[in-house]
Amino acid sequence: MADKFIEDKVTRVAVKKDGQEVKMDFNDLKSGGFIKQRQKDQFTVRLRCPGGRIDTKKLMEISKIADKYSKKSVVHLSFRQSLEILYVDYKDFDNMVRDLEKIGQKVASCGPRVRVPTACGGCEYNPNGLTDTQAMAKMVDEKYFGTPCYHKFKISFSGCPIDCARTKEMDLGFQGVVEPVWDEDTCTGCTICSKACKEDAIKSHPETGKPIYDPLKCIWCGDCIRACPTESWQAKRYGHFVRIGGKHGRHPREANEAAVFIPDGKVPEVIEKTLEWYKMNGKRGERIGATIDRVGIDSYMKFMEPVFKSGEPITTGKAHKWQI
Amino acid sequence: MADIKADASLDLRGVLCPINFVKTKLKLETMDVGQVLEIVLDDGEPIQNVPKSIKEEGHKIVEVKKEGEYFRLKIQKR
Ligand code: HEM
Ligand code: HEM
Ligand code: SF4
Ligand code: SF4
Ligand code: SF4
Repeated sequence: MADKFIEDKVTRVAVKKDGQEVKMDFNDLKSGGFIKQRQKDQFTVRLRCPGGRIDTKKLMEISKIADKYSKKSVVHLSFRQSLEILYVDYKDFDNMVRDLEKIGQKVASCGPRVRVPTACGGCEYNPNGLTDTQAMAKMVDEKYFGTPCYHKFKISFSGCPIDCARTKEMDLGFQGVVEPVWDEDTCTGCTICSKACKEDAIKSHPETGKPIYDPLKCIWCGDCIRACPTESWQAKRYGHFVRIGGKHGRHPREANEAAVFIPDGKVPEVIEKTLEWYKMNGKRGERIGATIDRVGIDSYMKFMEPVFKSGEPITTGKAHKWQI
Repeated sequence: MADIKADASLDLRGVLCPINFVKTKLKLETMDVGQVLEIVLDDGEPIQNVPKSIKEEGHKIVEVKKEGEYFRLKIQKR
């Protein structure tokens, strides 16, 4: 495993390339964003692009670096939104890292630590978006990227219940929600909200056309708010639906539903406390979902209660109300 | 409620998303601020989506009427 030589005391060695001696710095490999390819001497270099967002000026510089170092002149868009430069000779690492440093581009990571967070477009530019997923991903990348854990730890942000960033499959996922409230006085009974709601949570009164709202069916998407011509539906509160312990891979595990309506400002605390619980209860090589299966979700929920009280904890920790 | 007078009208029955919205938008662009456009939309996806998009563009839906399997909307240009 990559971690083996990270512990080694020698960090810089000389290697031969085209008859010339070049330096090789193991510190470059520490982050783990250098992935061995099946081809001899060839590596994939995974760049750190939180939320899959890249400044265009930087992208132009990255493309020059990719063109310079990729032996096959190709990049790949990874499943976690990073840009990967393929077919890089390991003897070029030192020079390539220097070039990337010059443009302020960092390399991503592998292994048992907090990974680069992923995020959809969110409320910045996606019409469905309820939370600023891009800003959140940037914050998480700056504050928590690389934090050591027992296993990989993946965080993602979706802007709404459509959940493009698949928070159900993350170690820790945050999905935007909004709670609608209705004002009877301004409502004209036009029935548009009952049409806009795809969850059958709003029925129209047969005579007045006014909405009859069923909170048990509502998934807090805000479509009714966005559709109402008279602003009779308003946002009572925005927040994050927090999911814990999901994963992909050979043995997928759907996340436990932990809390709803957690405000933006409490997200760092949710992450910190979750990592703390994981540290106390997990073990080496165990994803947090497996820890939950072993230790029990109640332990996690109890530990998280102080921060989950900023919204609403889902005390059963499993099925959401509309799934019971 | 008294009917609001429309300055122009578009029948968008049978027109799919998002073309129905784009047609509405283009029509509104030819009109003056304050004028009213009447559109007729199918039930289902069109009525789910088009009103939201009209609002997002900053226009105001001033009247909605359900007529059988379709909706008659009046939109004031903003
Ligand atoms: C050289 C080191 C490594 C490389 C290059 C690497 C690369 C990758 C890549 C590219 C993915 C898919 C990411 C995506 O969705 O875009 C992935 C997923 C994964 N890797 Fe690694 N990995 C490395 C080391 C490790 C190690 C050491 C572990 C565990 C001990 C690990 C566990 C996993 C798991 C569990 C997933 C799937 C997780 C999920 O989506 O829930 N990887 N890895
Ligand atoms: C060339 C290096 C690697 C590549 C390209 C790679 C790629 C991937 C991809 C694409 C997935 C599926 C992830 C997803 O769909 O979200 C995955 C899963 C996984 N990878 Fe890797 N991986 C690499 C190295 C490693 C290494 C070195 C390890 C462990 C030492 C590892 C452990 C895993 C595990 C355990 C999973 C299953 C995920 C889970 O349990 O949640 N991978 N990998
Ligand atoms: S999850 Fe919602 S906000 Fe994010 S991209 Fe998908 S539809 Fe847009
Ligand atoms: S928030 Fe979404 S699910 Fe809830 S009532 Fe409104 S449209 Fe329906
Ligand atoms: S869309 Fe607004 S005005 Fe129309 S019935 Fe619903 S709440 Fe009332």
